[in-house]
Amino acid sequence: MLKFPIYLDHNATTPCDPRVVEAMIPYFTNSFGNAASRNHPFGWQAEEAVDYAREQVARLIGADPKEIIFTSGATEGDNLAIKGVFEMYASKGNHIITCNIEHKAVLDTCKHVEKEGGEVTYLKVKDNGLIDLAELEAAIKPSTILIAIMYANNEIGTIMPMKEISAIARKHGVLLFSDATQAVGKIPVNVNKDGIDLMAFSAHKMYGPKGVGALYVRRKNPRVKVTAQIDGGGHERGMRSGTLNVPGIVGFGKACEICLNEMEEETIRVSRLRDKLQNALLKIEESYLNGDISHKLPHVTNISFKYVEGEGLMMGFNKNIAVSSGSACTSASLEPSYVLKALGLGDDLAHSSLRFGLGRFTTEEQIDYTIEQVTNTVNKLREMSPLWEMYKEGIDLNTIEWAHH
Amino acid sequence: MAYSEKVIDHYQNPKNVGTLDKSKSNVGTGLVGAPECGDVMRLQIEVDDATGIIRDAKFKTFGCGSAIASSSLATEWLKGKSVDEAVKIDNMTIVEELNLPPVKIHCSVLAEDAIKAAINDYRKKNGLEELKFDESVIH
Repeated sequence: MLKFPIYLDHNATTPCDPRVVEAMIPYFTNSFGNAASRNHPFGWQAEEAVDYAREQVARLIGADPKEIIFTSGATEGDNLAIKGVFEMYASKGNHIITCNIEHKAVLDTCKHVEKEGGEVTYLKVKDNGLIDLAELEAAIKPSTILIAIMYANNEIGTIMPMKEISAIARKHGVLLFSDATQAVGKIPVNVNKDGIDLMAFSAHKMYGPKGVGALYVRRKNPRVKVTAQIDGGGHERGMRSGTLNVPGIVGFGKACEICLNEMEEETIRVSRLRDKLQNALLKIEESYLNGDISHKLPHVTNISFKYVEGEGLMMGFNKNIAVSSGSACTSASLEPSYVLKALGLGDDLAHSSLRFGLGRFTTEEQIDYTIEQVTNTVNKLREMSPLWEMYKEGIDLNTIEWAHH
Repeated sequence: MAYSEKVIDHYQNPKNVGTLDKSKSNVGTGLVGAPECGDVMRLQIEVDDATGIIRDAKFKTFGCGSAIASSSLATEWLKGKSVDEAVKIDNMTIVEELNLPPVKIHCSVLAEDAIKAAINDYRKKNGLEELKFDESVIH
């Protein structure tokens, strides 16, 4: 029996794995100590739990536990990495290179840095959502201190060529930061093999709790330092003050351990369901896949259904199926997705897009139901769409003088 | 954001979806909005030449649920009205009837514009002077 609503928005957030919740519970009540209380068993117990979680987190990304700085989530990690490097390495230079489909937590932080006297280059991605490596290398100058490129994109799921990017960064002696929120726990990420110097990620995207994340900061070859953005008791090697969120960190550690153990199997299962959904929806006339088809996370797909508007489309089934859209109507700004526009999509196709994010608990039955519902709704709305009628009559919509408003 | 029951009802059971023969002299067509803006409405009226009463109205809309509901409601209101009465339909009455939130008011404006455009198309076809309307504030 299908249970409604079906959740297909796992790039927004994921449910906590019950095993994660179970691991966390004792740390709310019995083992409630402050991990910074050095002089009694309550503190020792908390510190031990945090140390264990730090190992679990580090193991998932091939890091040393000492290189893990716990944060409140990836937004904080992005801020700490970019602002922290900008301030720490001010004597070396003020130039940062990033790209135009980064998450707002990176883009807005870069905007802030510009106001503080930094210079930022925003690389344009190609129409498959990947950056041009030659353009990246050409953008490096003597004042460049940081390259900030996301591991995988949150809207279209494309995976950036991190190894090639880090080779360029190394060659020019520039630090590499990656927002890997969408990638960690879903695909193998290894900071040493990938050559990453700083990396932000978050627990709630990998079946852990909300409000906790980590910033990886390399300690060797090279030793990286960031200027703290939150001052206080000097926790986390002085880089991030504030009493540690012990239950959250314990849950984060457990979530990482589960991802490490089950990733291989889960990827096979989930990517098969994703492919089934993607193939079926791309069979609909005038539907288009957004983002590179092969360099892609296993659990996400983003498709535009031309001549129907995304929010109107979601309304056809959103009581039963939760997805998200790049349509402007879903945002307060009335602007369609900047990520889709960066791929060179016209506003009309950006307005017509849906993102489907599958997850650990997605079933085949749910996917079959989704295929049926989306297909039916697209067909129904096209019968109602003046643009579809014009298209069917062979009218080129570009020849019409639209009354822009 | 939750939709009002009336918006959901119009979305699920839209009234008067379809196309009228735009080559007929008593059919007026209004096409407003733009694909890049995420909504396009086409609203058509068929006028009884003898009485000046709108005897049929049809729409097709590309847009969100509120845009679909606004145009569906507009066609319902148009039928049986004289052209002179139809001109007076105000977007705010659509907002009130459908309980549209502020971010969706532009959907009702678009419906009002579509009505006016259809009426002017009809007037033009029949040798009448096109009516002048104040620019919409919200556009």
